Amino acid sequence: MSKRYNPDVDVPEYTGRYAPYDIIKEGTIALVVVLILVLGLSITFGSPDDKAITLQTWSKADPVDFATTAFSELDGSSAVAGYGAPYNTNGTSQHWGFIAPAKWLGVHIPINTATDFVVSPLESQPANPALSSALAQWKGATSATQSAWLTAYSNVSGKMSFSGDRVVVPSAKDGPVPVMITSLTQMARSGALDQALETSKGFYTTDFTKPLLFLSDGTYFASLAQKGHLLGTQWGMMNETDSYPGQAWLWLYTFWYQVSPFNTSASADFLVWGLMMILTAVLVLVPFIPGLRSIPRRIKLYRLIWREHYQDL
Amino acid sequence: MSTTIDRQWTTRLRKRVEGTLPPEKLLPDTQPAYVASWIYVFGVLTLVAMAEVIGTGVILAIFGPQWWHVSGVGHFINSMHLWGVEVFFFAMIVHLWGKFAMAAWRGGRTLTWITGAVTFLASILTAFTGYLSQTNFDSQWISTQAKDGINSTGGGAFFNVLNFGQMLMWHIVLMPIIAVALVAFHVILVRIKGVVPPIVENPEVGQ
Repeated sequence: MSKRYNPDVDVPEYTGRYAPYDIIKEGTIALVVVLILVLGLSITFGSPDDKAITLQTWSKADPVDFATTAFSELDGSSAVAGYGAPYNTNGTSQHWGFIAPAKWLGVHIPINTATDFVVSPLESQPANPALSSALAQWKGATSATQSAWLTAYSNVSGKMSFSGDRVVVPSAKDGPVPVMITSLTQMARSGALDQALETSKGFYTTDFTKPLLFLSDGTYFASLAQKGHLLGTQWGMMNETDSYPGQAWLWLYTFWYQVSPFNTSASADFLVWGLMMILTAVLVLVPFIPGLRSIPRRIKLYRLIWREHYQDL
Repeated sequence: MSTTIDRQWTTRLRKRVEGTLPPEKLLPDTQPAYVASWIYVFGVLTLVAMAEVIGTGVILAIFGPQWWHVSGVGHFINSMHLWGVEVFFFAMIVHLWGKFAMAAWRGGRTLTWITGAVTFLASILTAFTGYLSQTNFDSQWISTQAKDGINSTGGGAFFNVLNFGQMLMWHIVLMPIIAVALVAFHVILVRIKGVVPPIVENPEVGQ
């Protein structure tokens, strides 16, 4: 018994007319057209190149935001400090029900923000009596004492200001914390903190994980992105700086972040990625999915594409 | 009776290739008459845009990732790279939806569709790692935002978007190899199977 003809899967053997076709000529013309188009667009519009920011430019432009962020790295209240996998075990990894692949895979890029972003960089500084004393006091204290200092500093940090190259907060029983925060801010403003974080693994480095995570914890970085329409709420994933076209092909991925339940979920990234993986599988497997593979036959757009063929029938 | 030469792996492979993709199929000089629409242009436009992107990318690679920040010529080559990518994706997406409208998987062309769709995904990853390799504010912002999505899947444990060196290697070595291999396979399948014929609206009458 012969297999039943399925118009969504099968094609009859073509016995019609053939026309001359010069594939090399077509390719050559297409190459010339694309080159002219790209040259025209490049000459007319160029391309954006907003300079990368550094911890130095940030701490000079907004020292209070930098110092506030530095304190959040020390007391463990920053986003990175409580991130979870792959950086640490302090946060709840994104999940859907019991499905939590980030948690299953664990910590692969260990980050202790207090040590990596504050204490270790300060220890790399040239000997300074006040700073050496503050670090010795910090490292010699119990965790309970450190917590008490951090709480005291936190209570007055809302009145933080920057004056005379120093971070100023009202006096409190905060031990060495003010010296550490001021020293780290001065270190950042000199450019030494960028160097310390970038070269923490050695002289040759191409890994900017630490300085980028530090930058991402402050509000200055996001404020620059907001001006460039790059925030997630501004469909930023498909935008480019200076209003240039960006990754427009990510429109569907970006779309989900704008709508419920994704825009209110603590696991939005995991849910959107999961959904996009399913939709991607559907795209790849269209030929096998009854109903979906019939859509072309139902919408009949093919009649426009092959109009000459159908006119000749 | 087969000779020693006939049984050689090399001989068998050559005969297999000659049988599957003879020169007249690889470089055809005729096409079925139904291949007469502007939609067919977007496949070849995708290919030549990809060639342009690779060409400009090679020039950028020769001088290194920082060159285009300090050189006017470098910046122009970067502009050509960027606009080449935009043209590439525009052509590819029109090609993709055009092929969907034609139900181009019919007649044993399922693998052709699958390789095309996977090439689209590989291209997205190639472009993404390119955005991360710009060494400017854009790459800083994109990497810090993208980390959350990739980390949520567990992929961040191995694919660290904040590691510039890793992303640059993916962009200029791994992904181009994968994308070019996929495109080559896709084009070979198109040449072997030919262009999908029009949909038959009344199979009993035949067309």
